[in-house]
Amino acid sequence: MKTMEQIRHLYSRAGFGLRFEDMRLVEQLSVKHSIDFLFRSSVQSKPLVSVKENVNYKDFLKDDQLSRKMFMMQQRQQEKDLNIEWLKNMSTGNTQLRDKMTLFWHNHFACRTLNAWYAQQLNNIQRDNALGNFRTLLLEVSKTPAMLQFLNNQQNRKGHPNENFAREVMELFTIGRGNYTEQDVKESARAFTGWGFNKDGVFAERKFLHDDGQKTFLGNTGNFTGEDIIDMLLAKKQTAHFICTKLYKYLVNEVPDAANVNAMADVFYNHKYEIKPLLEFVFNAKWFYNEKNTGNLIKSPVEFIVAMNRQFYIDYQNPDIQIQFQRALGQVLFYPPNVAGWPGGKNWIDSSSLMYRLSIPATVLNDGVIDFTGKTDPDDEAFIATARKEKKAVHTRVQTQPDWNKFLSDIPAHTTKKEIAQLVLSPAINSKLLSIINKATDIKTMVIELVSTPEYQLS
Amino acid sequence: MKRRDFLKNTALASGAFLIPSFLKPLEAMAMGDMSGYKNLVIIQLSGGNDGLNTIVPYGNDIYYQKRSTIAIKQPDIVKLDDMQGLNPNLSALKELYDQGWMSIINSVGYPNPDRSHFRSMDIWQTASDSDQFLTTGWIGRYLDSNCNTCKEPYTAVEVDDTLSLAMKGAKMKGIAVENPAKLYRSTREPFFKELVHGHDTDLNEDNLGYLYKTMIETYSSADYIQQTSKTYNTTASYPQTAFANQLKSVAKFINSGLKTRVYYVSLSGFDTHTTQQNQQGRQLKIYGDGVAAFIKDLKQAGKLDDTLVMTFSEFGRRVEQNASNGTDHGTANNVMIFGGKLKKSGIYNTAPNLAQLDNGDLKYEIDFRNVYATLLDKWLNVNNSQILTRNFSGLNFV
Repeated sequence: MKTMEQIRHLYSRAGFGLRFEDMRLVEQLSVKHSIDFLFRSSVQSKPLVSVKENVNYKDFLKDDQLSRKMFMMQQRQQEKDLNIEWLKNMSTGNTQLRDKMTLFWHNHFACRTLNAWYAQQLNNIQRDNALGNFRTLLLEVSKTPAMLQFLNNQQNRKGHPNENFAREVMELFTIGRGNYTEQDVKESARAFTGWGFNKDGVFAERKFLHDDGQKTFLGNTGNFTGEDIIDMLLAKKQTAHFICTKLYKYLVNEVPDAANVNAMADVFYNHKYEIKPLLEFVFNAKWFYNEKNTGNLIKSPVEFIVAMNRQFYIDYQNPDIQIQFQRALGQVLFYPPNVAGWPGGKNWIDSSSLMYRLSIPATVLNDGVIDFTGKTDPDDEAFIATARKEKKAVHTRVQTQPDWNKFLSDIPAHTTKKEIAQLVLSPAINSKLLSIINKATDIKTMVIELVSTPEYQLS
Repeated sequence: MKRRDFLKNTALASGAFLIPSFLKPLEAMAMGDMSGYKNLVIIQLSGGNDGLNTIVPYGNDIYYQKRSTIAIKQPDIVKLDDMQGLNPNLSALKELYDQGWMSIINSVGYPNPDRSHFRSMDIWQTASDSDQFLTTGWIGRYLDSNCNTCKEPYTAVEVDDTLSLAMKGAKMKGIAVENPAKLYRSTREPFFKELVHGHDTDLNEDNLGYLYKTMIETYSSADYIQQTSKTYNTTASYPQTAFANQLKSVAKFINSGLKTRVYYVSLSGFDTHTTQQNQQGRQLKIYGDGVAAFIKDLKQAGKLDDTLVMTFSEFGRRVEQNASNGTDHGTANNVMIFGGKLKKSGIYNTAPNLAQLDNGDLKYEIDFRNVYATLLDKWLNVNNSQILTRNFSGLNFV
């Protein structure tokens, strides 16, 4: 594989795709230096700030309907703002590696909260630590009101344990199923008793609710606290293996290769769960650039939207339409289907989501109209019930402004149509695509067509 | 066809074109003998419908004690037996009930119930245990089982813009069709036609192959659904609601002889925390009037005996009302079944026990997967243990 092809692959996995603009920056660099460049560009962590206050849930509990309605409206607005702000940062910022990993942790530590302030806080922790240390990330996530509330640890008390949090920490966040017993769940739940948050949304170890008796966990006996449990989980290499398997599926191939994943787990474990060395190992590995690992991952809906926004510098007059896109395509940020996150891969694709994917580019890039009804999320039902109307089809003029001039002017002189096509599409250009390319009368038409193919769904 | 048509978003495909050989079996399929071809229609009420104000246990004093302002008054109730009756907004269903076309299963739920909308809906749609996360839906796994009755890409149709998790299997997925003509048009963009017809080579098992397979099946199913359904003219009258319209589409599909086994429709707006009576009443009226029109349409077309309808919601609501004249999230709920050939119509089992509650919530008596097992074994003719996480015994309503 030629250097530029490798860099293009790197950008599609470590970020949201290479643009001609980026190509100019890296064309003189080796793959190794391009990797360094990606890390350097991602040093900064720009937090989400659109949610300005923690809206008072007490208003919701008040008896009068108006306060409840106001509360729900405010909450929805905050959620929308948060979603759009994150999408915008991913679409226009330069920290694509950090953003890509934040998206990974957003799915790994999948959480739903109706409180947008908590959601923002959790997301910022995931971003701050996206390339940092997994132990720190895990601990901080475990102490967020969002997660504590979502996994019912607020109700986990001495004498009345709630096992939800302890179970998911093991099953989904660290060592995975099959590496612990039901007894381990019970014992560790006791260790997490008292972990909660106060009315200001700040973590609190409520000593009077904590069970400080002896626990036996993964074969060790002691007076364990929650933090002890987390350290014992990290001491097990299965945790490194579990995270690396998931990361491999996210960055390399849906089908994990045992040897490659084991090598990753060694690096991760030996570097005490530092994420950066692990990623450097992956991006520098020869197998990362193997043909079987290129152009074969199905982009998530958010990756699909962000990649398009970035490639064509799309400006939305009504950014909320992007939430509709997320809904139609099956991934709304901050709304994972459950604590296990979005299953990904082929699960993204069904007849309707695929037809939307194939139709969105022509509307977004060419000022079209798109018809939407879409489903309501179950969490929106209370709002709908009060809204007193049936769901209506949304017939929206998308109203976008792609910057075609910038896209076209960044194309270096003497670039062939095929080369342009290959920058837009990750899979190799086959004869069918070639005939589309050859028939195209102008670059813009050709590019819109290419973005509307099944091939474009792959990265 | 000008290639620029693709850029004009209003461009519609028209005219004949050559069907490549690999598409023929599907598109050229003759309508076979359709008698005895059974359909299942699933209606999802989203938001957690309050079952106690739907099928009202008016014979139980506790109901009136716990719901001092939102209980349905005795004279308004459409009485079914000495204990239970219909919410007056469901009065259109009385006729179906009297004909023996309706069965009410009380207290359906599952162990360790979850009161979160999305989690409980997830559980109902995937048929998982409450501490288990499945990435496929129960109808999707029925499709995956590749049984004799479920091989076609249009075996399961959801009348909606997007596809529910319930309809997604690991290999096979249902198809979302809000409007057959619209779906047909969207697939017939000249550029998409070109893509589809350019791909009559072997489709690989990899992701690109899967994408093309999905695209080609959608293309092909869109045509089959459009061509078949337009042969039937609906004469029955339906209420002017979006929900009734969806059922009208389902009836059109069934009556035209579409070889689809499972249909999925949802109605939302049941999360009634405040001023429940009006809100729920409005939704129930939409539901009841729609279903009544649908069942009569099928009856008239001679398809009712081959159709079974199941209505569920992700949970019921707490027995005691809240301070805002509403109800909060609860647990067990009733499931309504409709069909022309019910083995046991009427009220299937005893009314919910309001005296013995679990923290203020109804205790479930029938696992919802026993209901699913019945539908799978006896209606869709596939062994339920292949599709559910283990074998569940069936009930006797069919």
